[in-house]
Amino acid sequence: MSQLVLTPEKSHNDVEAARFIAAERRRHKLNAGFRYFLLAAVGLVMLYPLIWLIGASFKTNAEIFTSPGFIPRNPTAQGYIDGWRTSTPYTFATFFWNTFLIIAPKVIFTVISCTAVAYGFARFDFPGKKILFATLIGTLLLPNVVTRIPQYLLFRDLGWLDSFLPLWVPSAFAGDAFFVFMLIQFLRAIPRDMEEAARVDGANTWQTLIFIVVPLLTPALLSVALFQFMWTMNDFLGPLIYISSVDKYPVSLALKLSIDTTEAFEWNRILAMSVLALAPSLVVFFLAQKYFIEGISSGGVKG
Amino acid sequence: MARLQIKNVEKVYGNSFKAVHGINLDVADGEFMVLVGPSGCAKSTTLRMIAGLETISGGQITIGDRVVNNLPPGQRGISMVFQNYALYPHMKVRNNLAFGLKLRRRPKQEIAQATAEVAETLEIGPLLDRLPKQLSGGQAQRVALGRALIKQPEVFLFDEPLSNLDAKLRASMRVRIADLHKRLKAEGQSSTVVYVTHDQTEAMTMGDRICVMKDGHIMQVDAPVALYHRPQNLFVAGFIGSPEMNLVPAELDRQGRRIRIIGQSFGYGDNLADRLEADVGRSIMLGIRPQHLRLAKAGEQDALEGKLAHVEFMGHEIDLFVDIGGTRVVIVVPGDSYDGKAISGDTVRFVPSEPSIHLFDTESGRNISLPNLN
Repeated sequence: MSQLVLTPEKSHNDVEAARFIAAERRRHKLNAGFRYFLLAAVGLVMLYPLIWLIGASFKTNAEIFTSPGFIPRNPTAQGYIDGWRTSTPYTFATFFWNTFLIIAPKVIFTVISCTAVAYGFARFDFPGKKILFATLIGTLLLPNVVTRIPQYLLFRDLGWLDSFLPLWVPSAFAGDAFFVFMLIQFLRAIPRDMEEAARVDGANTWQTLIFIVVPLLTPALLSVALFQFMWTMNDFLGPLIYISSVDKYPVSLALKLSIDTTEAFEWNRILAMSVLALAPSLVVFFLAQKYFIEGISSGGVKG
Repeated sequence: MARLQIKNVEKVYGNSFKAVHGINLDVADGEFMVLVGPSGCAKSTTLRMIAGLETISGGQITIGDRVVNNLPPGQRGISMVFQNYALYPHMKVRNNLAFGLKLRRRPKQEIAQATAEVAETLEIGPLLDRLPKQLSGGQAQRVALGRALIKQPEVFLFDEPLSNLDAKLRASMRVRIADLHKRLKAEGQSSTVVYVTHDQTEAMTMGDRICVMKDGHIMQVDAPVALYHRPQNLFVAGFIGSPEMNLVPAELDRQGRRIRIIGQSFGYGDNLADRLEADVGRSIMLGIRPQHLRLAKAGEQDALEGKLAHVEFMGHEIDLFVDIGGTRVVIVVPGDSYDGKAISGDTVRFVPSEPSIHLFDTESGRNISLPNLN
């Protein structure tokens, strides 16, 4: 290789290069600015209803439909106070408690049963595995509505109507095919060596599952719990079908209650309670966001 | 006593593919047995069947005096080191080591003591409170070794434990494992080892005996020296040794005591004549290691001749690649005999050393000229 010597020609080239780099950098900044502006604009459009909802929940009933802006002129918490009390003998505290009573067992049952079923499908060979797995995928593709009536009849014959059992029990038997499928996919990405090492160490199948597989599955399990939490929190149809007495209503049903019972709708109450109903999901989601993303992005473990 | 016996063990997979064809292997108490072979020869499958991670389709496996065919891995008295360590990623090193003992509900004090001892033996004391992801490859492998050691098993199983390490570390781990084995044996502890590898250097340097496998069959089980000098068949002859043994189709003239290869021939004496089997088939193969060919002296009679194609200078030795009528033969000569003058196209004359000549029956691959060891 010849030695590098700085000739006038070279320095001219350098200046050219520097200019080019500077132009590139400017273009890049401009590009980035434009991208962020676009993203912010679209984001605002999508968030606006939520922002309006929060704003409107502090407005008086009269103001809600008269001013389009979301900042209340005379902010008042009356909507929250009246809404919380409801027009029934129960406050929203009861309804939140009911929601909790539905969610907690359902999430726990789902996590346990789906893990066990997914572990079985992902790690063991047994007669009829292919058919059973095809059935599982089949239920995944089946619209929920199709099973509503037979399920209702079944639970009616069992005498479980107007109780939380129809909401809990399916999840105790890995009734949510989607979660099972998600966990199977996650498990497939985890090498089996750790489990084999555990078996050599003397662990039986359940010990391997609990001490080795479950810790490795944690991100996926958190996602399952979160999904189930949010979907149950927002589930309207399930409680509507199975629960008939007001003292067992969860929040999703109770919101509709205030629309039914008042003649002139007290919109500010409904909006205020909607905001409260949103809060738990939002809080839980933001707390667990990191694991949530990790859990639903496939790949599982880092090599 | 922890003798491991494998009798007529078979493995047939669901799609009726037969991976292991009724193998027999007897590993003595305290013996370091290496299973070696090309990939796909079922050496790992065999190891996993001993461990109980694969079911066996036929035959019997005995550890000590127990038939373990139907026992789960945890009750077979074995421990295993995996190729990619298989440490539990969510447990600290300390718990990785102790997991097996905890499952057996050993008292805490005993676990702590055992952990400390193993950590000292393998110099992993400072790593005890780290997670596996904070370890280097060599450290992780030592922890994996510790996890096997702490259980004081009857038989240690190693599944290519060094193949993920770099060359230098591999060499030092090789010595470490061999030392450890000697120490356990000297202390009178169970130290029977079955070690799977595809690396013949590992096999030759570590094994008391080596079991060479091919396509689910055992080709030969012997001590490294015997395997090198008395390969029982073409496969073992070609597999063991580096550079590979030269294998050339040949014709035998028993009356004139000459061997003809590719238009040339050379004579042989009593050594080969005495050990040649009486009934030799028509088609035979001459096998001679590159180290057992030497350059002919000036004017030496009865030498073979070829054209030098390529020279590899390795420092302590030189590999000469010689063309004889289109067939490539490798000759290894000592490094200090190289004058740097030999160039491609030169004529090379060389002589095989008679005691190291092997003749194989081409059809069966059997060695028909097995030398006596003494």
